[in-house]
Amino acid sequence: MSKTITTKVLVIGGGPGGYVAAIRAGQLGLDTILVEEDRLGGTCLLRGCIPSKALIHAASKFNELGHAGNIGIKLDGAASFDMSQAVKWKDGITGKLNSGVTGLLAKAKVRTVSGRAVFSDAKTCTVETAEGPQTIKAEHVILANGSKPAELKSLPFGGDVISSTEALSLSELPKRLAIVGAGYIGLELGIAFAKLGSEVTVVEAQERILPLYDAELTRPVEHWLKKNGVTVHLKSMTTGLGKKGKSLSLQYHSADGKSQEIPCDKLLVTVGRRPNTQGWGLENMAVDMVGPFVKVDDQCRTSMRDVWAIGDLVGEPMLAHKASKQGEMVAEIIAGHKRSFDQVCIPAVCFTEPEIVSAGLSPEQAKAAGHQVKIGLFPFAASGRAMSMEAGVDGGFVRVVARADNHLVLGIQAVGAHVSELSGEFAHALEMGSRLEDIAGTIHAHPTLSEALPEASLAALGHALHI
Amino acid sequence: MGKFTFKLPDIGEGITEAEIATWRVAVGDTVKEDQPLVDVLTEKAAVEIPSPYAGKVMELKGSPGDFVPVGSVMVVLEIAGEGAVEEPAAAPAALAPAAKEKPAKPAAAPAPMAASAPAPASTPAPQTAAATAPVPLVPRSEGERPLATPAVRQRARDLGIQLSYVPGSGPAGHISHADLDAFIARKPVSGTAVSNTRQKREGVEQIKVIGLRRKIAEAMQRSKQRIPHFAYVEEVDVTELEALRTHLNNKRKPDQAKLSLLPFLVLALVRAVPDHPEVNGTFDDEAGIVHRPSALHIGIAAQTPNGLVVPVIRHAETLDLWQIAAEIKRLAEAARSGKASREELSGSSITISSLGPMGGIVSTPVINAPEVAIVGVNKMIERPMVRNGQIVTRMMMNLSSSFDHRIVDGWNAAEFIQHIKRLFENPATLFID
Repeated sequence: MSKTITTKVLVIGGGPGGYVAAIRAGQLGLDTILVEEDRLGGTCLLRGCIPSKALIHAASKFNELGHAGNIGIKLDGAASFDMSQAVKWKDGITGKLNSGVTGLLAKAKVRTVSGRAVFSDAKTCTVETAEGPQTIKAEHVILANGSKPAELKSLPFGGDVISSTEALSLSELPKRLAIVGAGYIGLELGIAFAKLGSEVTVVEAQERILPLYDAELTRPVEHWLKKNGVTVHLKSMTTGLGKKGKSLSLQYHSADGKSQEIPCDKLLVTVGRRPNTQGWGLENMAVDMVGPFVKVDDQCRTSMRDVWAIGDLVGEPMLAHKASKQGEMVAEIIAGHKRSFDQVCIPAVCFTEPEIVSAGLSPEQAKAAGHQVKIGLFPFAASGRAMSMEAGVDGGFVRVVARADNHLVLGIQAVGAHVSELSGEFAHALEMGSRLEDIAGTIHAHPTLSEALPEASLAALGHALHI
Repeated sequence: MGKFTFKLPDIGEGITEAEIATWRVAVGDTVKEDQPLVDVLTEKAAVEIPSPYAGKVMELKGSPGDFVPVGSVMVVLEIAGEGAVEEPAAAPAALAPAAKEKPAKPAAAPAPMAASAPAPASTPAPQTAAATAPVPLVPRSEGERPLATPAVRQRARDLGIQLSYVPGSGPAGHISHADLDAFIARKPVSGTAVSNTRQKREGVEQIKVIGLRRKIAEAMQRSKQRIPHFAYVEEVDVTELEALRTHLNNKRKPDQAKLSLLPFLVLALVRAVPDHPEVNGTFDDEAGIVHRPSALHIGIAAQTPNGLVVPVIRHAETLDLWQIAAEIKRLAEAARSGKASREELSGSSITISSLGPMGGIVSTPVINAPEVAIVGVNKMIERPMVRNGQIVTRMMMNLSSSFDHRIVDGWNAAEFIQHIKRLFENPATLFID
């Protein structure tokens, strides 16, 4: 298998950026090859978004069973949780999605090559396939290599020190789980394990949890953590791992500078993700970098002609939907269409308890950008639908940020149970250039949580109806 | 420090609402007692509303063009002392009627969430009434991102058009497909440079019709829609009247106003109207009643920088020529400087209109409804006329008048104008009782 294949488009990486780029390129009639060393689906399908949401769902369902007495549900005995069964169920989902992607690529007539691609120059790579090395030359190369969990020098992964990847495939529930990093990954998983019954402790170097979201949005999550016995140590620096015989502990300096220790059974490190830029010949491709990321313009062009890069490889936010949009765009540009990445917003969702959604600018960001703003807020405590699904007591709300002069909506955020499903409308409103009056003038079905958005808009206009 | 909510006061004459014309202060301004806060327009006049207290402006409710009812809050002032603020006490209510009942909770459970449920007071939404007012078109500032839907953005990209150069006609400068079409249509076919001096001008300025302009528009529309106008034009030999006017002006005292033609016309009306009472008064066409005053309150249409107003000479029947001239001068100045009171701008029973030296040959004046007649003067000019078989130059002027034909018959209207013509052509009779 040493014969060199040539193709129009070569996509590296089968995650949500790469496989979408390949499907779109295939749809547009471009000769396309996709190289993936693992199964198709990438972090999102195999080790991230989907499996974590499956685990979070299972945890929430289990947790609800223990708190359903007030709505009339009583169990004869305590409910029990079988971790291996949950992981099996989760693997079933990822398996289904994986074969779905395989089918979509085949339908778009994309050839897939399984193995690790290593570049010798910008347009040539060699893939170590099961059948032997395969050299591929391409006119266009789309790099979608993705990212992997960042490692702490003091806590190298291995054994009971795990990343999010391992945390999603544990064979049994850890009794005591220590987590380093109170970002969205750490808290999503931490909350899920806490719901399943683990004793969870979180150590965070910064002053507050979820530092990417403003304090008003994260407050309900803080309340949940406190109420449910999840201890969070802020302004605390991890120093290392303590091992005494079989027992494991996380060592850290607390805010007051004292050395502390948390005994635990598993130690989950979630301190961000790093782009995959090492070990596959990126240095041979003569592309410019910016920090740890590959430098691209608003069309995802690298500094090397006809080499494109998308997704986590090119910077924050490291989100699947950003990668997919970029992949779709690059395929169309290669096919001769005029495209650029000019999105108004890339919405972000945090599947904590309660959930957080953010689209566009927060009030502080809008003010920092020099806007005079109107802010409207509607609490789910005043929503009949929220009450009817036990979602009215978590302190959640929808918040709209708009320009004071022309009421153009600059940002929409929400926190509360189930609000992740509102993210689409938030992003759509921003992308359409909606004004407060546009949202307020749209009938939202009753009773739904979505009613909170027009109410928040009315609040910003000064005449909310239900608060 | 206290807050004082300033409400639109009752400005009399049964006025129930007023239109905001101009804010004289801005939020954050410090105002003195009696400093004008706002100019409002009522049915009748522009009124300047002063501040009853000294203080700092915290909130202005409404924007120019808004109608505000008497008694509604217009300005919130921060003043020394207790203040007298009335804030609507809004209680939280839920979307569902059962909202007030807290969902059942385990009895012993701590309730940190209850404390965090936002109360209305903590809602940071500003509560200005202006928020619902239409938002004016604002040109996109330098570097500001053009506002358009993804489909419009995509189409622009496909067409190779940079949206930042495309004017948006929608709210907040939103660029629509139609805006894009308009932009494409005006684009030069080739890249050839267009001369600066002959460049096509594009775009339509949108001017909100508010204040006096709206009043004028409404009055004119009401008049022309409801009143069947009958126009009558007659020429008048004003040679002798002009000789008299010149003479009087030459020998006037320093404290006397210079005479234009208008005082003579007022005087002519004072003489003629008693013989033609049907042209003086107002017609309430809904009630079917003509109000015919015995007094003669003559409106004089006057151009001001903002538009047309009609100050009124009250009881013209009591004034002599010089008094009329003085009164016209005083009213004209008050009207031009916007200082005329509501009483001075209302209550006329017949109106005269003059475009002065630009009077033209003929005009068709619009009746100052609900009046029934308006008399307009046209340009005075020397013309060759035939007198006793000889062509002589005479100073001639046309009178163009309109009458409400429902009330004034053509015959009567003509008789009335002929009466004025006789008075003008024999000016001595203007002064003989």
